[in-house]
Amino acid sequence: MTSHLALTLAQSGSQWIDFNVGLLAERFWANTVDGLAYGSIYALVALGYTLVYGVLRLINFAHSEVFVVGAFGAYFTFVGLGYKPGPTLASGLGPLIANLVLAGAVAMIAAGLIALLLERVAYRPLRRRNAPRLVFLITAIGASFAIQQGFYLWRGANPEPAIRLVRPEAVFDIAGTRITNIQIVVFVASVVLLIVADRFVGQTRLGRGIRAVAQDPDTAALMGVNKERVIMLTFVIGGALAGAAALFYVMMIPQGVLYNGGFLLGIKAFTAAVLGGIGNLRGALLGGLLLGVVENYGQTLFGGEWRDVVAFVLLIGILMVRPTGILGESLGRARV
Amino acid sequence: MSAEVTTRTQASEGTRQPFGQRVRDWWNSRSRLEQWLMIIPVVVLVYLLPVMNFFPLSTEPWTDYELALFNAARLGLIALGLNVVLGQAGLLDLGYVGFFAVGAYVAAIMTSRDSFLTDPRYSWVVVVPVAIAITMVSGVVIGTPTLRLRGDYLAIVTLGFGEMVRLLADNLEPLRGNRGFQDVGGPPGTYANGSPIFTQGDGKPWYWLTVTFIIVILLLIGNLERSRVGRAWVAIREDEDVAEIMGVPTFRFKVWAFVIGAGIGGLSGVLYAGQVGFVNNQRFDVVTSILFVAAVVLGGSGNKLGVLLGALVISYLPDRFQLAPEYRFLIFGIALIVLMIFRPQGLLGARQRLLARGRQAYQRLVGKPEPVATESALIDSGKGTNA
Repeated sequence: MTSHLALTLAQSGSQWIDFNVGLLAERFWANTVDGLAYGSIYALVALGYTLVYGVLRLINFAHSEVFVVGAFGAYFTFVGLGYKPGPTLASGLGPLIANLVLAGAVAMIAAGLIALLLERVAYRPLRRRNAPRLVFLITAIGASFAIQQGFYLWRGANPEPAIRLVRPEAVFDIAGTRITNIQIVVFVASVVLLIVADRFVGQTRLGRGIRAVAQDPDTAALMGVNKERVIMLTFVIGGALAGAAALFYVMMIPQGVLYNGGFLLGIKAFTAAVLGGIGNLRGALLGGLLLGVVENYGQTLFGGEWRDVVAFVLLIGILMVRPTGILGESLGRARV
Repeated sequence: MSAEVTTRTQASEGTRQPFGQRVRDWWNSRSRLEQWLMIIPVVVLVYLLPVMNFFPLSTEPWTDYELALFNAARLGLIALGLNVVLGQAGLLDLGYVGFFAVGAYVAAIMTSRDSFLTDPRYSWVVVVPVAIAITMVSGVVIGTPTLRLRGDYLAIVTLGFGEMVRLLADNLEPLRGNRGFQDVGGPPGTYANGSPIFTQGDGKPWYWLTVTFIIVILLLIGNLERSRVGRAWVAIREDEDVAEIMGVPTFRFKVWAFVIGAGIGGLSGVLYAGQVGFVNNQRFDVVTSILFVAAVVLGGSGNKLGVLLGALVISYLPDRFQLAPEYRFLIFGIALIVLMIFRPQGLLGARQRLLARGRQAYQRLVGKPEPVATESALIDSGKGTNA
């Protein structure tokens, strides 16, 4: 099927939306690979939404700004290490990995700390007062707004010039589809991080605390779980994963870091979390990968400017048809 | 907090009450006629504001004073519309800017020469009802699927719809994206010398027009609030499940709130498009939407005068004190957090009170104004569902 179908909405003959099936067939596997790499970033950010939602039943609207803090953290680490925007410099593999790990650590710590700060400043006082959920959401919006505009005042409306440590090079070539080194690293690292997070929540003592609070906060408190500490831990884990996602984002996306770059990504990550079943850790991975892939197909099918619309339509569609997501909400459910 | 509210109500039986409470009691014990007689001078004063372009009020030389007033009034109109949705029915709509955009674009398409219509020279008098009707229809279109969701899910979905309106304006060729529509028409009318009354540079007529719309809508919404519809909204806001059990068709009334709010948003979009004379995709982003929510929440959602005050604070004060736009958003963000923590009901909170007839009956029987509670599900009722 290589014919170019055009969906003509207007009688005047002007095409409102291109509907390019042929191109999609041509780029199907390339889109899938690229979508999986994007999707793993969504999944990492989605995990932050999912964890906080599972424990507090709260959509942490400001999580996108946690991601942005991580992205700036990674960026400034690169700058501090002496990298400059422009063509990628050739450097040894050893120092490169060390630098990436350092940037990742800085991003994760910065994002984790800002998530913790957010919890302490914006959410804890409300929890103390037993405020209704809508109030939490409005506070979260305020916090998101404040952080975003703080970055705007500091760094201005133009994105930071992109610094690329790794030059994308095709490593594999499977049936005509080129898979680059960055895509492999991002995908594998994200999946490993997500598995670690899943094991942590599922099998460690602290993770058991998180699940207990998610299931029934009062009973958990009676059983000796320190609720406040669990909540802090949840925010820190979510923030750190967003920081890791931010590093991958900075590595992969050529546009550079922008003060409001978190908004769209945050919405998409939230979509991913809902898609997989919010509160469900494995759902976040599934939803993230699915969203990344679908979005790429949509981009090829309708054209680049419709990419975000595809994500929004998916979000609205899922919430309408199956608000519990593909795998269902399960962090609070008892698991042996 | 709920304990505090209870003590406050109890204290009102006793000795000295807070200032706001005494003012309200005094106001409530006036007769309807006396109230109207006192409102009239206030309204006259509001209409006279644009000619009082001197020291404590004027925003000049930084911002055109009359345009600053018009912008404040326009935000007030938007806040009134959003208040129906957010304050009355308790639905957090983060995509309200979408309705504003629809109104502005309808006005642009019907009056601008850049429009794809063959003869886009419709009179403004025709544009207003058409724009309101189309925004209301879009309210039904967006509301019917989304309003089955609740709370934060609803907020996110409306945010998604708001963004989609903007993205459609970006991407659909006939809506012209960034190039936009030039020469969007305003209301008809000329001065004696033949020059048009409504021009882009002169904020005065626009301000008066907007204030007139605000007053009309205040009366209409006030009547609606005292009717079955308003009671249903309050019931839904306070507890949707209980309202449903009590026989309120919650879904239908939620859609009504959405649609009425949408219509007012569309009207303000038309006013905006007409005054600026140019519409493109730049002013309809989420930041603007959140600004609207901030105006409502800051003033006190559920309180009509409160949200007007909120709009005034958010729009006029930064103009008056020459606050750079970048700082405004930062300050509004911080203000939202601080406000939600320390005064979640806003500057003037919503009041739970007896409805019209009941109020008079109570006053005749007891001989003093009815007690007014300040509790609300939107504010702080101590029945939060969080951990």
